[in-house]
Amino acid sequence: MRKNLFNVGALFNGFRTTFSYFFYKKPTIEYPSVTKQHAPRFHGLHELRRYADGKERCIGCELCAIACPANAITVIGAENTPDDRRSPGERYAARYEIDELRCIFCGLCEEACPTDAIVLTPRFEMADYRRGAFIYAKDRLLVAPGEGVGTAPDERPNGIPADLGLVSQQKSTVDITAGYEATARGKYLKDHRRGLAG
Amino acid sequence: MDTALSAAVPFWLIVLVKSGIVLLVVITTFAYSMLFERKIMAWMQLRPGPNRVGPWGLMQPAADAVKMMFKEDLTPNTADPLIYKLAPFISLVTAMGVFAVIPFAEPSGTGFFGSIGDVNAGILFVFALTSIGVYGISLAGWASGSKFPLLGSVRATAQMISYELSMTMSVIGVLILAGTTSFMGIVHAQYRVWFVVPQILGFIIYLITAVAETNRAPFDLVEAETELVGGFHTEYSGLRFGLFFIAEYLNMISVSCLATLLFLGGWNALLGLTFIPGLVWFLLKAGGFLFFYIWLRTTLPRFRYDRLMDFGWKVLLPAATFNLVLTAVVVAFWPTNG
Repeated sequence: MRKNLFNVGALFNGFRTTFSYFFYKKPTIEYPSVTKQHAPRFHGLHELRRYADGKERCIGCELCAIACPANAITVIGAENTPDDRRSPGERYAARYEIDELRCIFCGLCEEACPTDAIVLTPRFEMADYRRGAFIYAKDRLLVAPGEGVGTAPDERPNGIPADLGLVSQQKSTVDITAGYEATARGKYLKDHRRGLAG
Repeated sequence: MDTALSAAVPFWLIVLVKSGIVLLVVITTFAYSMLFERKIMAWMQLRPGPNRVGPWGLMQPAADAVKMMFKEDLTPNTADPLIYKLAPFISLVTAMGVFAVIPFAEPSGTGFFGSIGDVNAGILFVFALTSIGVYGISLAGWASGSKFPLLGSVRATAQMISYELSMTMSVIGVLILAGTTSFMGIVHAQYRVWFVVPQILGFIIYLITAVAETNRAPFDLVEAETELVGGFHTEYSGLRFGLFFIAEYLNMISVSCLATLLFLGGWNALLGLTFIPGLVWFLLKAGGFLFFYIWLRTTLPRFRYDRLMDFGWKVLLPAATFNLVLTAVVVAFWPTNG
């Protein structure tokens, strides 16, 4: 006890530390007025993308629902008909719902998706007062025609660049407006297509 | 002008006006010392601190006051209602009473400016009041009728008695040097050399015991959150809790003022910078002490109870006694002292 009481050097060190911290730049990000810049591959709210021609990418295959470790995704597919063609494939998602309260934002759905339809965006401000509001259906997931042909998940830059730009500010390296056939998966599917409608 | 005014205006009116001014200034200082503390603690902990209410959070005290007033005032069933309601006022009145004798600057003419009243036993008056202030805390804990406040008040009593002894002893050295118990006289005696130089040991003891007397970290065992919920004020809410809060900060301010008066030469200027008014010097020095208090709170963890007692009785009291005897001997045998 005596030793502790008279350890003036330690006291001095403590006072010096707190006093030097007094002048430090504070790391607080004052959130509502300043938003943090996320890493380019940040996993946030989902969106369902379209092709440049406005057709939905989702073919209702339910692979995302199977891949989902939290069972957050519900997909109910339906057949495309010649006069109501929603997607380039045979089927489309008649219902597509994600329960964002169950979702763990792991990104396995976008890895599982054969057509890059489901993509995690950097948006994260999803707070709401009602539980029901967290079940996102197609009306909120599906982007408007003409939008949502942005960078596919595989084409985002790896790692975290120094300036931490937003995904929406990143330039894609491939010509994504060329359509489905120009993507790697599109080419593969085209070459291996068996009986799929044109 | 002073003489003409004092002839025309009755003495009681002058005192009343001065009390009003001091009360307003002291309450405002309390409000902003709270913000001051929160800001400084935040900056020392790498946080920005309160900054939402008004520019740089400057309206925070007003927001806190409104919140405090509208909170429910609870009295536990087991409490002694009269004493429970009286205790915060004892704390507040004694904390405020100290400012009646604290001089803030050199009196002008008939003594309009310096203090509310220049009592020739000012320091004794202050110690008497702070001793009564202990009752506020002990009675609050006792009258709450629950266990944590009781433990807090028992601690308060023991701690206050232990540390008040050393505090008084450390101040007696100053009184011997100044040869008076009046604050004016003590400050005038420091015109050449501040008492912090010959009384450095007394100053250090005073600093430590003053923190303990005001129940501030690292001596805040009375309200140790980790052990005693809120200590003596666990059961208090709303405005009554606010009164305890005001009393704590007023004690902090008055103890800073006392340290300035007794050891740092009061309103005497440093390095002959007399063009800066004495009041500004006084406020600067007292503000420095307040900053030190907050700095201390952010830096040191709370004492353990047995160590607090050990430190008070086995270290501070012998040191204070040694300082007192040394001062007395030196003053008695100093050749120039007639």
